[in-house]
Amino acid sequence: MRAELKNFQHEQYYFRLRLGFTAFVVLALFGVLAARFFYLQISQYNHYQTLAENNRISLVPIVPNRGLILDKKGVVLAHNFFVYTLEITPSKVDDLEATITEVSKLIEISALDRKRFNKLREESRNFESVPIRTHLNEVEAANFAVNHYRFPGVEIKSRLFRHYPLGKLGAHMLGYIGRINDKDLTGLEKSGDLSNYKGSDHVGKSGVEQFYEHFLHGTTGFQQVEIDADGRAVRVLSSTAPSPGDNIMLSVDSKLQEIAETAFGEHRGALVAIDPKTGAVLAYVSQPTFDPNLFVDGIDVENWKSLNESLDKPLINRPIRGIYPPGSTFKPFVAMAGLENGKRLPPFSIQDAGYFALPNSTHRYRDWKPGGHGMVDMQRAITVSCDTFFYGLALELGIDKLSTFVRHFGFGRKSDIDIQGEIEGLLPTPEWKMRRYKQPWYQGETVIVGIGQGYTLVTPMQLAQATAILANNGVAMKPHLVTQIQKAITGETQTIPEVVQDKVELNTENIAIVKRGMIDVTLPGGTAASVGANATYAIAAKTGTAQVIGIKQNEKYNASSIDERHRDHALFIAYAPADDPKIALAVIVENGGHGGSAGGPIAGKVMDYYLLGKLPVTEPAKTGAKTPEKPSGITAPTKPSAEEELHD
Amino acid sequence: MISKLFQNLVKHIDSFLMACLFFTLLLGLFVLYSASGQNISRVYGQGLNIVVALGFMWAAANIAPNQLERVALPLYALGVLLLIAVALFGSVSHGARRWLSLGFTQIQPSEIMRIAMPMMLAWYFSKREGKPIMADFAIGGLLLLVPVALIMKQPDLGTAILIAASGFYILFLAGLNWKLLVGGGVAFAASTPILWSMLHDYQRRRIEILLDPTQDPLGAGYHTIQAIIAVGSGGTAGKGWLKGTQAQLDFLPERSTDFIFAVFGEEFGLLGNLLLLLLFSLLIMRGLVIASQAQSTFTRLLAGSITLTFFTYAFVNMGMVSGILPVVGVPLPLISYGGTSMVTLCLSFGILMSIQTHKKLVAT
Repeated sequence: MRAELKNFQHEQYYFRLRLGFTAFVVLALFGVLAARFFYLQISQYNHYQTLAENNRISLVPIVPNRGLILDKKGVVLAHNFFVYTLEITPSKVDDLEATITEVSKLIEISALDRKRFNKLREESRNFESVPIRTHLNEVEAANFAVNHYRFPGVEIKSRLFRHYPLGKLGAHMLGYIGRINDKDLTGLEKSGDLSNYKGSDHVGKSGVEQFYEHFLHGTTGFQQVEIDADGRAVRVLSSTAPSPGDNIMLSVDSKLQEIAETAFGEHRGALVAIDPKTGAVLAYVSQPTFDPNLFVDGIDVENWKSLNESLDKPLINRPIRGIYPPGSTFKPFVAMAGLENGKRLPPFSIQDAGYFALPNSTHRYRDWKPGGHGMVDMQRAITVSCDTFFYGLALELGIDKLSTFVRHFGFGRKSDIDIQGEIEGLLPTPEWKMRRYKQPWYQGETVIVGIGQGYTLVTPMQLAQATAILANNGVAMKPHLVTQIQKAITGETQTIPEVVQDKVELNTENIAIVKRGMIDVTLPGGTAASVGANATYAIAAKTGTAQVIGIKQNEKYNASSIDERHRDHALFIAYAPADDPKIALAVIVENGGHGGSAGGPIAGKVMDYYLLGKLPVTEPAKTGAKTPEKPSGITAPTKPSAEEELHD
Repeated sequence: MISKLFQNLVKHIDSFLMACLFFTLLLGLFVLYSASGQNISRVYGQGLNIVVALGFMWAAANIAPNQLERVALPLYALGVLLLIAVALFGSVSHGARRWLSLGFTQIQPSEIMRIAMPMMLAWYFSKREGKPIMADFAIGGLLLLVPVALIMKQPDLGTAILIAASGFYILFLAGLNWKLLVGGGVAFAASTPILWSMLHDYQRRRIEILLDPTQDPLGAGYHTIQAIIAVGSGGTAGKGWLKGTQAQLDFLPERSTDFIFAVFGEEFGLLGNLLLLLLFSLLIMRGLVIASQAQSTFTRLLAGSITLTFFTYAFVNMGMVSGILPVVGVPLPLISYGGTSMVTLCLSFGILMSIQTHKKLVAT
């Protein structure tokens, strides 16, 4: 018993020793935990505090409403409206094809929708939601909503859509918006606007929509929201309202624009009309045109193909990107160059035998009129468009003087109109030719520049601007489509200032000679007598015909259309009223033939409406502007001269 | 009369343990309310768990230790049989075979082992009359390893570790040779590559990610990273009850069960954590005191093992939540939601109370 007790005590002693050891270990390990807590909660508190805040707080952008685009009279040309769209976030969907097939049992998804979706998906990042159907009606939206649970990664969204209520009208001038692509992102990053596009899907891609993007877009607002682990917003912590984009008002009257576009009929071509005293663009036509609404939610492949591959090239912005030889419309400016350089001052005149030849050469540069015009001075040379007269003048001036001088009228340089993508055209010089072709300049090339042929290339915009500068006696006003920018909330309006772009000192008598020559063009005996025949105001004009060298894409012409598409381009420039110009314009009708007969009537309708408010009378059998049109009800007092019939 | 009845009722309840338990359980209910997203029915459910568990505790406290000694072997045998049955016929859920269907209900035999293992080993060593020889430790080790291996095979690493620990504590307290202990430790370290190859892929991954949770921030590392952020952002005094953003906004996974300590740490901060450590320390120290005062080999080994196993629970859970131990499925004792572990824990505290209150007066 004693031994047992002793044994027991012994055993208990050792047990307690071990127990004491474990107690020590327990406290030591709890000490480790306490140290860890101290490290996490005191030493690293700021770090983990920040991480926790980053976890829970998210900035949600609020996209501002895009500004409206209005015409001169307040007619809405571009606005926004909400539509339901069905969108898929590809990264959240396992089997995209199967999902789309399932969804299409609920909501009709056409093959076209699928194609557009696939195209958009390629352009978007994987975690972005991409619309597969737009413009869902209420029934479709509700139908999907009740089945939503079956389709993770697919959702109905309400998106703000851009809409162009007048459709094709003025599409090249308005431009359109489209989904932001990588190129746009790079551009926005460069301009420092990228942060303002968080949440924005669209950006102006062309025309005014592109040029005034900065004003139209508005300032993105932000909501600071608390989110849960699934990214759902739990509550709003703070909010900065977006400020909507500015409204933009154009100098173009949509009615005038419509008249101008309609006047082209089936013809391709361009028209630019400018107020010479302000630079305000009054009409901006590029025919054929297209419906910009197609581009807003991503154009589908079929439509894109048909627009892009059409021989008529509807997507080309002809006024600033179409380049044409100016033909005889160049003559008034060559005339100014001559007179200002002291050449061909009255009473200088020539006896036109119907051709011009370089000294010591037998090659004849023919006048358009066989046998010539007889005695021709500067004024008459313009009126009858005497080629012989201008051949000689160009040669005597020399290419350098000629090109340098007409530059003042805006040729060979951008007009700086408020649309991007303008082409400079071409005023040839010997240096240019050497650079371009490694060949010297020949005198004969100077000769034909005198009548607007040869290397010289102009855009319709340049031609209109040159006419405006001449009408404005040498003062070049910067052309612009937008006149006012209006803050959407305050209504505060900012007027785009009229800017004198350039000013060339011209002798008033010289100007008068050229202008008289141009006024006579629309009078009996002039090359566009029919245009002036019915006008109640004086019109100064010049006709032109350009041999087709085309606007680059001629190579693609297919054989069956070669002939028609190789007909001459008809050109026409004019300003009116001649004594106090309020409108200056340039018209180009591609493959239209004679400038006076094809371009003149179009110009006439535009000027009639702009100056008199007179609407063109619609003719029952409209075949386009292929035949000269005269406002019916008024009979022409004079029969068009033989010259007009034959030549520009 | 009534007070007499009451006295009888609480005769075998250790008031110090009870007070600490009560306070900890109450704290747990508050944390659970917050962790469950203020779901009061969750709290009621846990309250019911606690009531049942306390019933078991009371019952255990009223059973004399020598009665327990008698059931030790049959309970252990039953446990091993059931574990084998699980391995053969158990139902699989979440990739683990842990449950045995009895037709009317499902049982998890590994839970029986939590109690049966220390009882069995304590019983075995008490039979050696305090003079165990080397062979006894070998047998004890075998008794320990068989069920642990079966549980690991399920696989249920958390439970296996806890049961292995509870058995190991008995071996240690029974006087396992220090040299053997150190030697075993070295042998274990040497055999880690072999053990590593035995681990399941997900278990290996857990250990890898423990070493560097940023390896897989959205996958397996997500639990640990979010838990550490929660604890760390709690700061000194915490964000306040119901105000933990990590917890309330769903960033914390399994926050009512295994990761409830992250909610606690976020909302009550360092001060809260130290309070919890204090409560656990008091429970453990009381347990160790009971063990040291226990009168038989069986009771002292059992009390020591129960107490140290409780410590293991707490340490492993808090260690994994604060990112110093791998994520093994061990709940925070007395706080995490769950009926089974609550019952097992309270039962073991009941045994401690029984050991303390059934002492005979012995002249020393």
